[in-house]
Amino acid sequence: MTALAVERLVHDFGGLRALAGVDFAVARGERLTILGPNGAGKTTLFNLITGIYRTQAGRIRLFDHDVTALKPHRRARLGLGRTFQITTLFPGLSVLDSVLLAVQGADAIRFALHRPLTAYPHLFERAETLLGEWGLLDRRDVLTRQLSYGEQRQVELILALAGSPRVLLLDEPTAGLSPAETAAVASMIRRFSRDITVLLIEHDMDVALELADRVTVLYQGRVLAAGTTEEIRRNRQVAEIYLGTDEG
Amino acid sequence: MKQRALVACAGLVLIALPLLLSSYQLGLLTKMLIFAIFAMSLNLVLGYTGLPSLGHAAYFGMGAYTVGLLAVRVVNNFWIDFGAGLVAAAVTGALFGLLALRAQGSYLLMITLALSQVLWGIAFGWRQLTGGDDGLPGVPRPDLGLPWSLAGGLAFYYFVLVFFALVVGALWVLIGSPFGRALVGIRESERRMEVLGYDVWLHKYVAFILAGLFAGLAGGLFVYYTGFVSPAYLSIVFSAMALIMVILGGAGTLLGPALGSAAIVILENVISTYTQRWLLILGLIYVAVTIFAPAGLVGIVRGRLGSRAA
Repeated sequence: MTALAVERLVHDFGGLRALAGVDFAVARGERLTILGPNGAGKTTLFNLITGIYRTQAGRIRLFDHDVTALKPHRRARLGLGRTFQITTLFPGLSVLDSVLLAVQGADAIRFALHRPLTAYPHLFERAETLLGEWGLLDRRDVLTRQLSYGEQRQVELILALAGSPRVLLLDEPTAGLSPAETAAVASMIRRFSRDITVLLIEHDMDVALELADRVTVLYQGRVLAAGTTEEIRRNRQVAEIYLGTDEG
Repeated sequence: MKQRALVACAGLVLIALPLLLSSYQLGLLTKMLIFAIFAMSLNLVLGYTGLPSLGHAAYFGMGAYTVGLLAVRVVNNFWIDFGAGLVAAAVTGALFGLLALRAQGSYLLMITLALSQVLWGIAFGWRQLTGGDDGLPGVPRPDLGLPWSLAGGLAFYYFVLVFFALVVGALWVLIGSPFGRALVGIRESERRMEVLGYDVWLHKYVAFILAGLFAGLAGGLFVYYTGFVSPAYLSIVFSAMALIMVILGGAGTLLGPALGSAAIVILENVISTYTQRWLLILGLIYVAVTIFAPAGLVGIVRGRLGSRAA
């Protein structure tokens, strides 16, 4: 079953063509890495899939739904979650409050305005379970802006998981992390439920190829190559434009 | 716990204090409470949701003009006049929200300013209806059919205090609710809230309407207080005053704006006895606060309490 499919996606920024007709599909439970050099259109692709940019041409399907015209929050409620390349958290809120917001966003009570949040203990239970599961329970009362960068990246992942997404887009989850922090985040992603379909933008080749079942390589707004990690490793064209050649 | 005790003390003081005050001082205290409601209403959008507005007097003034016009020209019935004032303010919030919430940051500031100036222009220019810049005098105090006449300063003070308590209670519930938490989330990161499944626009819009409603409530009370409406109630001076009260007291805190209101009303009263240049000094206060105490009076108090505990 196809979890996410994009068809003939085109996106221009003024005169600059960021995506020039991208097609791909991800099966349910699959882990797909999007590779590509800077400017290949990876983050643009994520912004289109999540609805932050309006689709100019092409179609996006999420399971049985055509989400091309839906607003970001409607797509999120259909089970689409994401993290951001530039950490996008709630700097002035504690870790627990942040996770509570994420849990509440996927709950029907998110619009209640006549009762205190504490009247909904199931939200607190879920938030604390998540923090316990991912090892941040002892940091629950710390303000997000006081966390280390590595911890902030972990909170990004927890917020994205809190809505029980069916498809999760991770935009460079290990960017800027030390090797130890990278390993921690990578092992977190490896532990994600196999029910979650994961789309990953990653610059760290080891992480990218280790976590993925399949790889799609973007280059100048087009799909240059797609295949299993082994096929991509052996692809000479990919090696030249992205990995650099031995001769170079 | 400490917080609750503090709020209970403040409540007792507000109930008992009037018995010790001269009628002039009682008038100032009443004004403080009315402007506290006005500032708290702005705080809902500015402090909690992170939407700067330089046109908040629009809703205050709409509430004020509706109450004043109905009371003077149509029927002097509190429930009809005041109810209509609240509706008018909320509807204005709903209309302006549709137009203004397309913009962000300083553009939002400009649009809200422009929209409120339109209302000011109408109030100023439409002399037959509003009396133009002469204003609309002779708005009587409401008659609720109570044994006490609200014409007296003390009875009117308690009348305002009831509304103040109701608004504080309503905002307290609202801020602690899932909806209120979501507003804070939007202030901290709109983008993140969108991808978490929140309809950010709708949250902002509802906040805008509620802020308009509470501002209109303050405006209605102020008309009864002064017995008079003028275009000044819709002016940028009133908008800016509310903004300074919120920032001086502490944006994004429930009672900070009430403190800001108290401080500004007292300062205005004291300084105006020495000089005509009150607005100049208000501007200097604003600059000083944003530079030296960005978290406002509440921030200063919290800092003190925090350092003592440490």
